[in-house]
Amino acid sequence: MLLENIRLALIALKANKLRTFLTMLGIIIGLASMVMIMTIGNAMNNMVNSQMGDMGANNLYLYVTVKATDENGNEIDYNSARDMKNTDYLTKEMMEDILKRYQGRVEGISLSGNLGNSKVVDGKNYANIRIAGVNPMAYKSANLKILAGNGFAPGDYDRGSKVCLVSDKYVNNMFDGDMDAALGQTVEAVVSNKYYNYTIVGVYEFNARSAMAGSEKNVVTDCVVPLKAVMQQNPELANMISEITVVAAEGEDSTRLAAEIAKYVNEKYYKNNDTYEVAYYSLKQEAETLQKILNAVKYAFMAVGAISLLVGGIGVMNIMIVSIVERTREIGTRKALGATNGYIRLQFITESAVVCLVGGTIGIIIGLLLGQVVAMVLGASGMPTVGGILGCLLFSMGFGVFFGYYPANRAAKLNPIDALRYE
Amino acid sequence: MSQELIIDAKNIIKRFYVGQENELEILHGIDLQVNRGEFVSIVGSSGSGKSTLMNIVGILDKPTEGTYSLNGIDVCAAKDVELSRIRNQQIGFVFQTYNLIARTTALANVELPLLYAGVSASKRKERAEELLEMVGMTDRMMHTPDELSGGQKQRVAIARALANNPSLILADEPTGALDSKTGRTVMDLFHKLHEEQGITIVLITHSNELAEETQRLLTLRDGVIIGERKGATYAA
Repeated sequence: MLLENIRLALIALKANKLRTFLTMLGIIIGLASMVMIMTIGNAMNNMVNSQMGDMGANNLYLYVTVKATDENGNEIDYNSARDMKNTDYLTKEMMEDILKRYQGRVEGISLSGNLGNSKVVDGKNYANIRIAGVNPMAYKSANLKILAGNGFAPGDYDRGSKVCLVSDKYVNNMFDGDMDAALGQTVEAVVSNKYYNYTIVGVYEFNARSAMAGSEKNVVTDCVVPLKAVMQQNPELANMISEITVVAAEGEDSTRLAAEIAKYVNEKYYKNNDTYEVAYYSLKQEAETLQKILNAVKYAFMAVGAISLLVGGIGVMNIMIVSIVERTREIGTRKALGATNGYIRLQFITESAVVCLVGGTIGIIIGLLLGQVVAMVLGASGMPTVGGILGCLLFSMGFGVFFGYYPANRAAKLNPIDALRYE
Repeated sequence: MSQELIIDAKNIIKRFYVGQENELEILHGIDLQVNRGEFVSIVGSSGSGKSTLMNIVGILDKPTEGTYSLNGIDVCAAKDVELSRIRNQQIGFVFQTYNLIARTTALANVELPLLYAGVSASKRKERAEELLEMVGMTDRMMHTPDELSGGQKQRVAIARALANNPSLILADEPTGALDSKTGRTVMDLFHKLHEEQGITIVLITHSNELAEETQRLLTLRDGVIIGERKGATYAA
């Protein structure tokens, strides 16, 4: 019976192609926009997640900042607070304390210090570098891909060896891309009128994402050096650490861990400090905020889609009423042939559900395609879940049933004599 | 001779706008009995109440007063769903305007009463083909109504009316929209069905000429049956 009804519905819809199409249009636009927004929303979420993954979702940052109030409870004005002194900075002892206390929950502390930028010149070749000191954890977090050379030797960090890793861009600029020729050579740089030199022990692949604006030739790439070497050359770097990156162990809630560590450090080391304390933030927290905003935008757009879907639904209802008036005699005939009210109702509800389902399917396909295009332009990829699509399909069918019910019921209640005599 | 009554209507009164100022009585107490296998015609000019009577006989409408049983079933007491079933099982309608369902094939039209009766798809097709063959429409089975002539449409409509082996065929001006030659073939078909298969037929018409061909002729005027006699040219 249902199959027969679906067949009848398709015949009725085919008979009036233009009208059927226009009726469907509202549903198509509504569902297409819903699905498109879902696709784009998911793509954005994926993008945020993958960026987070690159930057280290497990990273949490501790930094020294001005306290909100002094020991007397008076507010401290950020701008008039005294400058930081040596005793305000984070120390090596604190870091060792953190590592010891949170053993197992913390993978390590990533520490880096930059000597500064320099232009390295050799004849008519030149390259822009930033001398970046890293400790083993920071090196690990950077996740560099070594293209040539052996990299740092085990003792280099402790000894503060004057060795470095340069980018393939640097090799392109200075050695015409010959990596083997670069190994063993010296990087000679001048920062703030001080001369520094490091022996190249490896070449890493430059990650374009971290590139600054500028031409290929002038791009600044890191000259990666053991942190101790940098600290020995510029003791300020060793004594003036105002920010550290703690890498949380896998499975740790980095936001919660950051709060715990900050609380611990503040109670132990900054309780008596009149102006400064430690604060924290985690990438996860940032990402969650961003995702909340993205979701809010997504829902706002979905609400717009829902309104157009509603308008489409009213259109379906309108057309169904017109169609039923046009087919009054048919309804009368069917009743004379023994169709019950229930059967007539089912016939028209089926018709309306089929319009919405077909329109919905077309809308979903268009929405998926458009969503993919927009996601591609944004440089992300994402698909709505299968559940989401099925939900949309069921929703559009339910929609048809809902908006078809009233007209169908009107048809079912027609008096057979009046219907038969209708001109 | 004990004969089985298909239509047994007693003292049928039909009023419209009951209880209102413009209350109107169309049928003033009609008695109508039709036996199984009879071919009866009801003749009357327009305004005589024959359409109202036909609606009541076809249980599309209920009488205001009086009793009516169709093939032994008291239809005045039946509920809507039961009325649908009775129409489906007991009555085959043939209309002046054919009332075929547009855009569906002749075959699908004949299958429709079977569909409502809950017959399976394969049996529906088999029965519908058999009926269309009986009315000589086998080669037009897959045509839609707008591809058929008036006479062909009416033959499909007759096949449809016969689908569930009803106890009664109710034909309302079946030749009214046809030229006399095609009208003749439709009448011949009714005679054939009546003679060969003993089908009970009630023909409602304004044409005395057609009515004279039937076994029994009832004349309706102003809501009263004023005469009843044998058809003059009934050949049996």
